[in-house]
Amino acid sequence: MSVREKFDYELQSAQEQLITLSNMAVDALTKAVNALTDHDIDAALEVIEDDKEINQLEEEINDKVILLIAKQSPVATDLRRLIVIIKVATDMERVGDYAVNIAKETIRIGKEELLSPIHEIKQMHALATAMLRQVIEAFVEEDIVKAKEIAELDDQVDNLYGVVINKLMKSGAEHPDKLSQITQLAFICRYMERSADHATNIAEQLFYLVRGSHYDLNK
Amino acid sequence: MTTVSIAKAKKGSNLNKVENTNSVYLTKQLNLWYGEKHALKNIDLDIKENEVTAIIGPSGCGKSTYIKTLNRMVELVPSVKTSGEILYRDRNIFDADYSVEELRTRVGMVFQKPNPFPKSIYDNIAYGPRIHGIKNKKILDEIVEKSLRGAAIWDEVKDRLTENAYSISGGQQQRICIARALAIEPDVILMDEPTSALDPISTLKIEELVQELKQDYSIIIVTHNMQQAARISDKTAFFLNGEVIEYDQTDAIFSNPSDKRTEDYISGRFG
Repeated sequence: MSVREKFDYELQSAQEQLITLSNMAVDALTKAVNALTDHDIDAALEVIEDDKEINQLEEEINDKVILLIAKQSPVATDLRRLIVIIKVATDMERVGDYAVNIAKETIRIGKEELLSPIHEIKQMHALATAMLRQVIEAFVEEDIVKAKEIAELDDQVDNLYGVVINKLMKSGAEHPDKLSQITQLAFICRYMERSADHATNIAEQLFYLVRGSHYDLNK
Repeated sequence: MTTVSIAKAKKGSNLNKVENTNSVYLTKQLNLWYGEKHALKNIDLDIKENEVTAIIGPSGCGKSTYIKTLNRMVELVPSVKTSGEILYRDRNIFDADYSVEELRTRVGMVFQKPNPFPKSIYDNIAYGPRIHGIKNKKILDEIVEKSLRGAAIWDEVKDRLTENAYSISGGQQQRICIARALAIEPDVILMDEPTSALDPISTLKIEELVQELKQDYSIIIVTHNMQQAARISDKTAFFLNGEVIEYDQTDAIFSNPSDKRTEDYISGRFG
């Protein structure tokens, strides 16, 4: 047995739980958007129910990391990795919360036909989930080049956010009877933009893990 | 008025951040051999005053040898050979006309196991000053009290000064040894694993004491306890196989070391 075999095993296990959590959160986001476009209330309800597992997994990861810090006195890369695992888990858990929010908006919108900005919202979703999936890969591979590319995609999401909000404001004048849906879609658009921001946060955390210093990839 | 005082305060805080530039020990290309064994290899270290410098590394890496070279105690081992320079306050301690006695008056040492003399607590502290010719009881009393206070043990032993130093606990004995080192008013205190024989509370007391002592002394500490080095030192040198692998601010060593071997050692992957 190598000197730190048990510690390495626990660290690896926390990281694997984080990957599971991340995949669950991104899947939830996709399921929520599909529920929205398909007007599928049952699927939306499932997203809300499944979020409990995401929350529980985040708590388990936090507990495991806190115990490792308390009992194993990690330093340098080990310590940074543990701190980054906690922070990324928080980011991903928040993405899960956005999926729940979208599911709730989906239920409110019900069977009402969706206004045209839904197309850009779907593009935002495609970009945000691509960013999140790639940042998970980059995290596993500790690939900071990939992390930087992911962060650059965030500009496209931000641009789309501006486009959607403009379109929704114009829709308000054209469809005064749909103000409720317009508000829900504006919120959903915001959740997409925030999800992409969390992907950028995670990319920054990866830089911190690998390089040991802080980078602002939003510049 | 307020603006002026804020400006002054800011200036003051900046002054505190200025890098300590005064070297107490400057080691240049130091090599040391025990017979054929090359124990220290091309050591370059700049040790600053009023700082705690920790020396860490696995057993046999040369850290105790290095610290014992700083007061030339290593020369007590037969067959020791050195090359290079150690400048203490700008003078090479290996110079032929350098007085070892003078050096050891300026550089106190505390060892792994508490080693008080089998005498009273008072006589332990007064031993050094007496050797230096101080006989006046009042002056000796003052030195004893000041040294014991300096070592944060006065309150615990002030009513027991005539008792044998062996009658107190190991942690207290170690602080007596620190007080004994302080009694000759040294400039530097060398500590060779000073807490490795102590319980956790005594260890923390010594660590706190080290933090206080650095206001007035420069401290160089060899420790096997990496968390101790992280807690109490300003700079850390990592020794491996007689070489200094990395020497940097302790914060940098323990958060983002630049050498893989340092990282492997401090994270417990070898040694």
